[in-house]
Amino acid sequence: MEWVDFFLQQLITGLSNGMIIALIAIGYTMVYGIIELINFAHGDLFMLGAFLALTVLGALGLGDWSGASAWAAVVIMLIASAGFCGLLNWGVDRLAYKPLRNASKLSLLVSAIGASFILVNLGLFWGGLPMDVFAGGVAAAAPKDFPALVPNTNLLGEESLVQFTPKDVLVWAVTVPLMMGLTWIVTRTRLGKAMRATAQNPVAARLMGIDTDRVIGATFLIGGALGGFASVIYSLYNNTISFQMGYRAGMDAFTAAVLGGIGSMPGAVTGALVIGLVRSMSDAYLETRWTNTIVFGILVLILIFRPSGLLGSRAKEKV
Amino acid sequence: MTLKTSMLAAVLALASSAGALAQSGTLKIVSSLPRTGSANAQTGTIVNGIKMAIAEVGGKIDGYEIVYEDWDDASPQRGNWDPTVEAQNANKAVTDPTIVGYIGTFNSGAAKIAMPELNKAGLVMISPANTYSGLTKPGMGEANEPTIYRPSGSINYFRVVPTDDLQGAVAAEHVGGSGAKKVFILHDRELYGKGIADVFQKRAKELGVEVAGFEGIDTKASNYKSLCQKVKFSKADAVFFGGTTQSNGGQVAKDLRSVGFTGMLVVPDGCCEEAFIQAAGASNLEGNTFVTFGGLPPAELTGRGAEFREGYRKMFGTDPEAYAVYGYEAARVLLDAIKRAPTKDRAAILKAVSSTKDFDGALGTWSFDANGDTTNRVMSINSVKDGKFVFVRRAGDAPAGGAKPE
Repeated sequence: MEWVDFFLQQLITGLSNGMIIALIAIGYTMVYGIIELINFAHGDLFMLGAFLALTVLGALGLGDWSGASAWAAVVIMLIASAGFCGLLNWGVDRLAYKPLRNASKLSLLVSAIGASFILVNLGLFWGGLPMDVFAGGVAAAAPKDFPALVPNTNLLGEESLVQFTPKDVLVWAVTVPLMMGLTWIVTRTRLGKAMRATAQNPVAARLMGIDTDRVIGATFLIGGALGGFASVIYSLYNNTISFQMGYRAGMDAFTAAVLGGIGSMPGAVTGALVIGLVRSMSDAYLETRWTNTIVFGILVLILIFRPSGLLGSRAKEKV
Repeated sequence: MTLKTSMLAAVLALASSAGALAQSGTLKIVSSLPRTGSANAQTGTIVNGIKMAIAEVGGKIDGYEIVYEDWDDASPQRGNWDPTVEAQNANKAVTDPTIVGYIGTFNSGAAKIAMPELNKAGLVMISPANTYSGLTKPGMGEANEPTIYRPSGSINYFRVVPTDDLQGAVAAEHVGGSGAKKVFILHDRELYGKGIADVFQKRAKELGVEVAGFEGIDTKASNYKSLCQKVKFSKADAVFFGGTTQSNGGQVAKDLRSVGFTGMLVVPDGCCEEAFIQAAGASNLEGNTFVTFGGLPPAELTGRGAEFREGYRKMFGTDPEAYAVYGYEAARVLLDAIKRAPTKDRAAILKAVSSTKDFDGALGTWSFDANGDTTNRVMSINSVKDGKFVFVRRAGDAPAGGAKPE
């Protein structure tokens, strides 16, 4: 039953791609939920996370990318990139968005686009560093190979036509606990309650004694950290990074957030899984050139019939 | 003096000062290549080649100083060549009377934009890298090609690289010759990639190789796992990718191997650069990946070409990449024409370029034919070993007066 194998394979690929998109989409949706800003710099922040991971890997100087040392490197990269992206996102908010908190939403949006350009060019510069992992930095703009730390062996046996690899396991093993943790933070902790309050009504939240600036900062920190985790997972799954990768990743994640209902976290995850699956099914059963048409066609249809997205409830003015 | 005549005098004075500028001994050559974005890896070596050719004549010809400007036709937004920027470059070149030669473009799509503009102005354009056949060859592209690029009716566009119709066929012959029965063709939906894939498909069918699929990829996708699985399940024993490193050739190669496709992969010269190996990961290319190239790799160049290699190494401290020699050759043929031109103006230089015959270049001895194409047709098939391109064999026709065809 070859067609069953083929279908299962697309399901695995689609869900794994979708989970990576979901982690990035959460960053968009959290920020939108709290300050109604479409943070265009988020995709590029994610890109810088991948560059940091590769730099860390180069600094570790592992000769042999297998076994326990590889897994240790994965953990170190995850922590480093998450911390880096979290702090960077927090810094971007401080420098580029906070001064505009009371300005029009459009100024904020333009500021985000500017931040995005700065980050992209930072990535271009970073790729030119004279390190072995960047091929000596001769071609700064060229895509960089990310070492295959996670093996590509087939867990279903080498004979099986369907491939299920440790890479897929890694994607799920990192994303699912992260999402559960995030849900716990948002629904069960004091900070989460403050975040929800600020999202609902920042003025009222302030009147209740919530330090909204701190809460917004924390949101950027958490959203950025998730982008950092996503960047490492993405790099280990696709094994290529480039200073331009943030654009498409951000576009997919943003679409996922809108599809699911921007501002809603379960919505972002649902939207991302839908996009991952639609992409892989369209690539497999139709032609790749139709894939974007179909993804955005679905987005248009959903927005026509459910303007607030799949799981969105609050109908708020969009930028 | 009436107002009218004084104005006329002023205009005349302006015109003569512009004329004086052109005769003051400065001739400007510009190149328009994507210098922002990932193509920079290849265009950097082309620019080096141009600089080297100018340095070799000491930056002076017949008392005229040769000034070179390196223009970018890419924009950061696209990270690739940008139609708007290329159009601006072409206009800027046309309006600057000191510019006598335009070296470019890198992308065939960009050439389409610059060609008619420069043609109207009679400014000579020499491309070191455009390989799309329709730019010069009637009947190879759209019905209105190439006349649409020649509004003035005469030819001002020349190229020093062999075209895709030759390269795509060589790639198909390589796949057919290896005994492959079924091939899956992918392309990047750009002029160059789709063009070469079309030629490949035509030749593969002629050779009796079954075409399992012909698909354009999304060049910005994060991975091609689903598509590559489709290739694997189609039981094709070879894949041809018409595209470049910038259009994500590295990721295609990587994902083909990661889904367990073990057949032959053939890619064209747009992937013939170190950046492709870097992007794909050397281990993914080892063994069964072949790269066709419209010429010989720098290490295989002999005679004048070997001198070029040594000179380049001396001047820039690294070995030349595949395209460096084309930048060098394009600049040299232009400088040679400037030297031969009786007067140093655009028309005379254009005439001198078009009459280039039996040019003793780094690529062999060659001429420009009636379409503006080089008569040099030497191609090579390369593979990857230990992270480096290695020459496998020579293919295609021999250049005029060169070595024997295979």
